[in-house]
Amino acid sequence: MKRRNFVGLTGLATGALFLPNFPGFGGNLVDPARLLEPVMDATVNKRLADAALNAAKSAGASYADVRIGRYLNQSIFTREKQVQNIASGESYGAGVRVLANGTWGFAATNSVTEAGLAKAAQLAVQIAKANAKVQKDPVKLAPQKGYGEVSWKTPIQQNAFEVPIAQKVDLLLAANAKALENGANFVNSRLFQINEQKYFASTDGSYIDQDVHRIWPTFGVTAIDRASGKFRTREALSAPMGLGYEYLMPKAADKIAGPAGTGLIGYKNSYDILEDAALAARQAKEKLTAKSVTPGKYDLVLDPNHLGLTIHESIGHATELDRVLGYEANYAGTSFATLDWKAKKQPYGSKMVNVVADKVQPGSLGAVGYDDEGVKTKRWDIIKDGMLVDYQKTRDQAAIVGQQESDGCSYAQSWQDVQFQRMANVSLLPGKQKMSVDDMIKNVDKGIYIAGRGSFSIDQQRYNFQFGGTTFHAIEKGKITGMIEDVAYQANTQEFWNSCAAICDESDYRLFGSFFDGKGQPSQVSAVSHGSSTTRFNGVNVINTARKVG
Amino acid sequence: MAILSKDEAQTILTKVLSYSKADECEITLTGTTGGNIRTARNMVSTSGAIDNVELEVESRFGKRSGRATCNEFDDATLRRCVQRAEEIARLAPESPEYMPLLGPQQYVSSNAYAPSTAGITPDYRAEQAGASIRLCDEKKLSSAAFLEDTTSFVAKRNSKGLEAYQQATNLAFSVTVRTPDAKGSGYAVADFTDRSKFDAGRMTQTAATKAAGSLGAKAIEPGKYTVILEPAASVELLGNMMESFDARSADEGRSFLSKKGGGNRKGEKLFDPRVTIYSDPTHAEVPSLAFADDGRPRRKTTWVEKGVVKNMFSSRFWAQKSGSADIPEPGGFIMEGGTQSLQDMIKSTQRGILVTRLWYIRAVDPQTLLYTGLTRDGTFFIENGKIKHPIKNFRFNESPIIMLNNIEALGRPERLEGSLVPPMKIRDFTFTSLSDAV
Repeated sequence: MKRRNFVGLTGLATGALFLPNFPGFGGNLVDPARLLEPVMDATVNKRLADAALNAAKSAGASYADVRIGRYLNQSIFTREKQVQNIASGESYGAGVRVLANGTWGFAATNSVTEAGLAKAAQLAVQIAKANAKVQKDPVKLAPQKGYGEVSWKTPIQQNAFEVPIAQKVDLLLAANAKALENGANFVNSRLFQINEQKYFASTDGSYIDQDVHRIWPTFGVTAIDRASGKFRTREALSAPMGLGYEYLMPKAADKIAGPAGTGLIGYKNSYDILEDAALAARQAKEKLTAKSVTPGKYDLVLDPNHLGLTIHESIGHATELDRVLGYEANYAGTSFATLDWKAKKQPYGSKMVNVVADKVQPGSLGAVGYDDEGVKTKRWDIIKDGMLVDYQKTRDQAAIVGQQESDGCSYAQSWQDVQFQRMANVSLLPGKQKMSVDDMIKNVDKGIYIAGRGSFSIDQQRYNFQFGGTTFHAIEKGKITGMIEDVAYQANTQEFWNSCAAICDESDYRLFGSFFDGKGQPSQVSAVSHGSSTTRFNGVNVINTARKVG
Repeated sequence: MAILSKDEAQTILTKVLSYSKADECEITLTGTTGGNIRTARNMVSTSGAIDNVELEVESRFGKRSGRATCNEFDDATLRRCVQRAEEIARLAPESPEYMPLLGPQQYVSSNAYAPSTAGITPDYRAEQAGASIRLCDEKKLSSAAFLEDTTSFVAKRNSKGLEAYQQATNLAFSVTVRTPDAKGSGYAVADFTDRSKFDAGRMTQTAATKAAGSLGAKAIEPGKYTVILEPAASVELLGNMMESFDARSADEGRSFLSKKGGGNRKGEKLFDPRVTIYSDPTHAEVPSLAFADDGRPRRKTTWVEKGVVKNMFSSRFWAQKSGSADIPEPGGFIMEGGTQSLQDMIKSTQRGILVTRLWYIRAVDPQTLLYTGLTRDGTFFIENGKIKHPIKNFRFNESPIIMLNNIEALGRPERLEGSLVPPMKIRDFTFTSLSDAV
């Protein structure tokens, strides 16, 4: 499915033109019980993988990898007191990627037999050789040792697919009831769950078996004033996570009180959907009468549940090496942070800005043991003391920037899509000095506290952005003075990160993320987390987004 | 086996239907075959092929419904798929929005299939990609492009006697050409039912001309300007607006088509009288499927006529509950335009901005359909009827509702993303900041 449809499903954007009736998000629709049946067997997979690798080598490949994947998903959609749709999906097949005559070739098949895989491998070699005729520079792969037979599993406590659907539906309907009790006119709630069971093998001698889990509960609450015709929506303050169902079992230790006067609560590794739904309804109503913002310069205090997407857009995408090199020029775009720009040693942000990329952080969406081309994952610096120090790379990119190893950033959304460079988790490190969000706000004279997901738009080289949120609170003389509306901030990436003036300490650190991040042609989605503590940016341009129409 | 004939498809559907023990059952068979090729830095980066047939069974017991799919077609798998849909249905909660399956329907004849496109081979894709690359090599420009072709069919049959079948083809190509110093960028995009209308070299030439012409862009102050939006710049904004023509959201009070105090704004004049937007699955330029996902027939439907909202689409449930017209979502839209070419429109402009493409469009306020995004890949200042010089890109904050009230002129419509969109000259289009992006 195209990203447009994915995004449309979440209700977070309006990209989906004439979305059909709630499909599942890929694969064959199956009985939920099927999602618990074991299908992938490492011994069988090794035999199948060897058939593909041998066929590729015999056909003339200098390198080959095969991914046998079983991709499971389940989505539940509800509105108010009713279930709209429950879809359980299973997609099973294998993709073979080869290098022949210095050029990539790829073919996929749902015929997961030795013959089927060998045929796909031969087709991949045939495609590589055909494309080699217009290839100028042969692909150079960073060396990669084989790991032998290894495995990795997301460290979850409860597999969400094992939780009865009725229990999940009841939880969503209970959240809807909380919202309706607290004055919502409408509420849509959704639960997305993913399990990737994938087996990777390559001619380097790796046989990697992985079991990856992700979950995202979310909702949108709408309040309406019929008389004026005005409506306002408040989105959930949950995060998509690399966790099991334990994320929906709230623990007091995971809750962080938001700024005094907001009633908001930040959630770490577990989320209280009932509590958030009740607050969302009250805030959606309050938004109907909240004062419209006066445009101008404000100091912004950004909650991690909002800042995550700002990091995603202005640092995460800008430091992807394929964008920097021009491989995404026709679609997602390129980047201002080119190799030449990096060489000039201009500050990306203020000295307190330290950003890491990682594929290992527990609970994060990007955490895996090995990436989709068999590279063991790691954590590395992207921005150190405000300076850009590195990019995010795959095996065929390392040599282009004179490096010896991949960063483990290769990912494909399914067995039938070719793997390519995708964003790692990209996170802002917390401040080193002790500071709570209230400590931060008491020093702000004229500011706005922003939480939640809103409208996010940035140019194709990641300079100019405009971001909104789901809740906005005015800060006057060190205190929250109430909700405001119609807020969006516009800035330039470098100016913005150089205006970073304070970062709360580690106790405030939380993950946020994107469950359906789109890139590539044909577009593929991936999921990625962004951690941060509440952060202050000084003197940011805020516009008023209210308009009058007909 | 990806593309089955009507008889082949209905034979499978009839067989699968015979396995059903449910109160109601509907089977949908879809198939897609095709391929793609992607280039960047004047080289092929990836290419792939798709070939898949999928069968979906929807089974119903009373108001309970379950769906299952499979993509293998031996009898055992087909039987298992039907059983699985029935098991899921038995476990499902009753739907308060249940509507019985549709009986036999009459569909208009829509020719969305071209044998020339169905016959595309990997060699054809490589030739077209090669033509695009060669042109840029010769001009010392750098291109990134994507060509994707699909041939598909949909067939349906249900226990109430509904039967449907249609084939379709599509070829889409987009190309971004950049100057070696990365200071100029141009873009071209189009899609076709019939490949004989497509020429990658010609489209690449358009993008290359824009790339070279956008070197030396000057910054001008953000503000309100008269703009000429090429179809690639306006198609997404208009598409988003059309997506909001949903009767239920309007009736529920959460749409720009909601009326103060309740109800919707059908019959109200919301746009300039030159605005007429309709859908027509039989349109020769943009043929689309003659039936919707739920089997309802798609017919020629006018959404906006001379600025007045004439119709909204609706689910069958909502149409029945609210008494509104039972119209399914369309497969695309057609906005009427005029006869002027883009050049004519530039010639008649005293002072304005030509916009090739808008990018990263995101909703800011659903109440007013305010969107933000940026210009990209060819933005030019027009003075006294001529393109004067390229300008730096802008961020905009604008609503299609406001745009369609500020029309100066409409040009000859072009096909994009399965819709027909005219170039539009719009006054007072709101640019809110500058961007350094090229």
